[in-house]
Amino acid sequence: MKVLVPVKRVIDYNVKPRVKADQTGVDLANVKMSMNPFDEIAVEEAVRLKEKGVATEIVAVSVGPTQAQETLRTALAMGADRAILVQANDQDLEPLAVAKVLKAIVAEESPEVVLLGKQAIDGDNNAVGQMLAALLEWPQATFASKIEIAGGAAKVTREVDGGLQTIEATLPAVITVDLRLNEPRYASLPNIMKAKKKPLDVKELASVGADVASRLKVLKVTEPAKRGGGIKVETAQDLVMKLKNEAGVL
Amino acid sequence: MAVLVIADHDNAALKDNTHKAVTAAQKISGDIDVLVAGQGAQAAADAAGKIEGVRKVLLAESAELDQGLAEAFEALVVPLMANYDAVLIPSTSLGKNIAPRIAAKLDVAQISDAVEVVDANTFVRPIYAGNALETVQSSDAKKVITVRPTAFKAAAEGGSASVETIAAPAAPAKVKFVEQQIVQSERPELGAAKIVVSGGRAMGSAEEFQRVIEPLADKLGAAVGASRAAVDAGYAPNDYQVGQTGKVVAPDLYIAVGISGAIQHLAGMKDSKVIVAINKDGDAPIFQIADYGLVADYKTAVPELMSALDGSAK
Ligand SMILES: Cc1cc2nc3c(=O)[nH]c(=O)nc-3n(C[C@H](O)[C@H](O)[C@H](O)COP(=O)(O)OP(=O)(O)OC[C@H]3O[C@@H](n4cnc5c(N)ncnc54)[C@H](O)[C@@H]3O)c2cc1C
Ligand SMILES: Nc1ncnc2c1ncn2[C@@H]1O[C@H](COP(=O)(O)O)[C@@H](O)[C@H]1O
Repeated sequence: MKVLVPVKRVIDYNVKPRVKADQTGVDLANVKMSMNPFDEIAVEEAVRLKEKGVATEIVAVSVGPTQAQETLRTALAMGADRAILVQANDQDLEPLAVAKVLKAIVAEESPEVVLLGKQAIDGDNNAVGQMLAALLEWPQATFASKIEIAGGAAKVTREVDGGLQTIEATLPAVITVDLRLNEPRYASLPNIMKAKKKPLDVKELASVGADVASRLKVLKVTEPAKRGGGIKVETAQDLVMKLKNEAGVL
Repeated sequence: MAVLVIADHDNAALKDNTHKAVTAAQKISGDIDVLVAGQGAQAAADAAGKIEGVRKVLLAESAELDQGLAEAFEALVVPLMANYDAVLIPSTSLGKNIAPRIAAKLDVAQISDAVEVVDANTFVRPIYAGNALETVQSSDAKKVITVRPTAFKAAAEGGSASVETIAAPAAPAKVKFVEQQIVQSERPELGAAKIVVSGGRAMGSAEEFQRVIEPLADKLGAAVGASRAAVDAGYAPNDYQVGQTGKVVAPDLYIAVGISGAIQHLAGMKDSKVIVAINKDGDAPIFQIADYGLVADYKTAVPELMSALDGSAK
């Protein structure tokens, strides 16, 4: 069984994003970039499926700038077998466009499972996986906290409001992963060395033949209102008094 | 120009998120229909008809809709969109599951987690864990919008729209529901509560979380939340997680106990009216956004808080 894992290069989750003064976006110059944390979880799950003998090949794919090769090398060091970069240098693609590019890659690669993160932590869209499933007319299992694959189906436990839900999707299927699915491994030095020799195929965005036209024009990006400074209170007694008399919330 | 709002409900009752999505919809059009999709949901549909400004309620019922299967919602909503220019869905786990699927089928972008509707084509949404707000203008003929409920006031009651039952689509062939464990809680819902008490990694165990956080919440009539660290460690259930990738809350009062204040956590609670932080580390980042900070060990501070609340109740 082949598993396709789309991974995105995003701002590192430890970095506090800063809005550019000209309101055109978030300043990413000289900022540490990493693999989207949810995508690390997806790669980890694919590798575990391979270790269990369920998956036979893991293909990581990224749509993004040349530097996304580093992200793909990370996926290879974690255990992916090969990688594809769909190079899109001067364009930040919207989720619908990414889904269309991924659909074209799925047509070439014919995976049985596409394993994505539930959300990229830059745009916070939480959309690509569901969109890809719709375009492919495949079933979807989002926000997975447990995945069992057997008999041509994926049994997936999903994190939903109020608790957990389990559904069963016939393969091929799209699965998006949530935080509790696993804890991603760190790539070992020997595996990082080995990853350098694994195949990484670079395709130009135009060669994929997907409609990547943007539908949303960003008019501005602004900083949210800052909260006014607070105070420290000395005792719990003080706190309750202030909440009652000053803040009026008790 | 007409818009469709997909209701958040549990069949028996309508949730406030629906009223909030209706408020967001009013900025787009005056012709607002509400779709109640579930099973045995007549009561929720009747309630939707009572929201002020609602033109008509559509009721569709099947087991698969009740189970929230995205494929069933796609089959129901995509054809309906021939009659609408926009569909708005509260950003619940159901909304996030189904809306992008509908958008892709309509070949339109999704506006994720709108916090403001500027006009029928222009929306504001948080990005980068709420560290930036993006104003986007859509060129799509139809809009699919998930709505962050905490950013909108609830539409008032006072409507008298009729309920029209529509056929539910056939069950999807490639996916089926197996089971679910949904915890029914006596406490108010996290997203809707006036007060939220959240516990973090400092609790150290599920027993301690239950011993410390839950009684404080119950004394205040509050909902219970948690940081990711507390959820990952198994101190609290997953749907208690407040943050960028969990629930977004904006209660009148948010009390963070033993939570450091990582940006991913702040993303889910920084729009609360009043924020209280109890943390033994005076330099914890949570204090930068707290209105009232108590630098203390929670082990002494929470019991003191409990008795101060008892004292002030008189
Ligand atoms: C992709 C991604 C998504 C994430 N999404 C979320 C999210 O949605 N929500 C979220 O919360 N986090 C999220 N996180 C995690 C986030 O980065 C932090 O790791 C997490 O919020 C930390 O939780 P915490 O504050 O409970 O733990 P810690 O950071 O360990 O803080 C514990 C705090 O407790 C204090 N403390 C310890 N003992 C005591 C005591 N006895 N009395 C009082 N105080 C005490 C300490 O001083 C410390 O400040 C996400 C991370 C990633 C990578
Ligand atoms: N440019 C991209 N390249 C590869 N995968 C992506 C890209 N953008 C999003 N994804 C995948 O889609 C998931 C959800 O992203 P989003 O819908 O943008 O929040 C991510 O976790 C990735 O797995």
